[in-house]
Amino acid sequence: MGSIQLVTPQQEEPPALHTRAMDNLQYIRETMERATAFTAISGWGLVAIGLTALAAALATGFIAGQQKSFKNWLMIWLAEAVVALLIAGWSIDRKARATKTPLLSGPGRKVAFSLSPPLLAGAILSLVLYRSGSTNAIPGLWLLLYGTGVITGGMFSVSVVPIMGVAFMALGAATLFAPAVFADWFMAAGFGGLHIIFGVIIARRYGG
Amino acid sequence: MAKHAALKHSTHKKRETSGAPVAADAHTSRAKHPAHSLDRLIHERMRLGIISALAANESLTFNDLKHLMHTTDGNLSVHARKLEDGGYIACTKSFEGRLPKTEYKLTAAGKRALENYVSHMETLIKQVRNR
Repeated sequence: MGSIQLVTPQQEEPPALHTRAMDNLQYIRETMERATAFTAISGWGLVAIGLTALAAALATGFIAGQQKSFKNWLMIWLAEAVVALLIAGWSIDRKARATKTPLLSGPGRKVAFSLSPPLLAGAILSLVLYRSGSTNAIPGLWLLLYGTGVITGGMFSVSVVPIMGVAFMALGAATLFAPAVFADWFMAAGFGGLHIIFGVIIARRYGG
Repeated sequence: MAKHAALKHSTHKKRETSGAPVAADAHTSRAKHPAHSLDRLIHERMRLGIISALAANESLTFNDLKHLMHTTDGNLSVHARKLEDGGYIACTKSFEGRLPKTEYKLTAAGKRALENYVSHMETLIKQVRNR
């Protein structure tokens, strides 16, 4: 007959005070980073991007009246994309300096990594659609994928950023199902209107 | 015994909601240890998160904080109320169109409390490293 032995469960040592202190400091840093991911986005920068997008939409409309070609349309919007990228870079850097937050800190990197895959997918799909002659789908695709990128990038941030992404996605879906003649209007409403509206909200509520 | 435990618990809660750092017994050597003068009001995870998020922003709405902290309305309200009662955050209620909007800001006392808390944590880490 075997004897009964008391088995005392092996209790884990509670974490040392200094370990908990380090954990708490890391938690504070991570929460602040998460909260500042949002403030890194410059509201006035978005307004400026919206205005240049409206100018691009006007230019495509003007050229469409004179010499309508997809190549011209594409060149104008690609030029607008470069201008928008420069404005975004400059305004985010300016705001980061003003709020004394490092530009390439954790949240900045997270936003950049979340935003770039959908944009890259958009560039590749645009090329495929261009080669297959289905250029009518390109404006809707751009709005849809840009919205996707804003939602994923905005997941590290406060609610207004993903909401902007949802608005872009809804507009993109509407563009894909609407007649192609309205594409420029949707582009103006999205890259122009939505950037201006959300830019003003961000600038007013989150310091510039 | 149970009564005594309950009394102890309520005393602890009272200290916690008062916002004042928990003072240790001055007659014991433990009192000198920085862990015993911690500000219990912001030592709790959710409240520490709220204070940290507000320290990084001029102001945040109730929904912004809920989204950032991945928490429920009820949980956030309880902890925000404790911080508000302790004078660490200020709350303003307004209407945006027809929708009510609750906005939180960190007060000067809240900022000081966070700075003190961080410095406490740093002291704890330094003490172990210097051993």
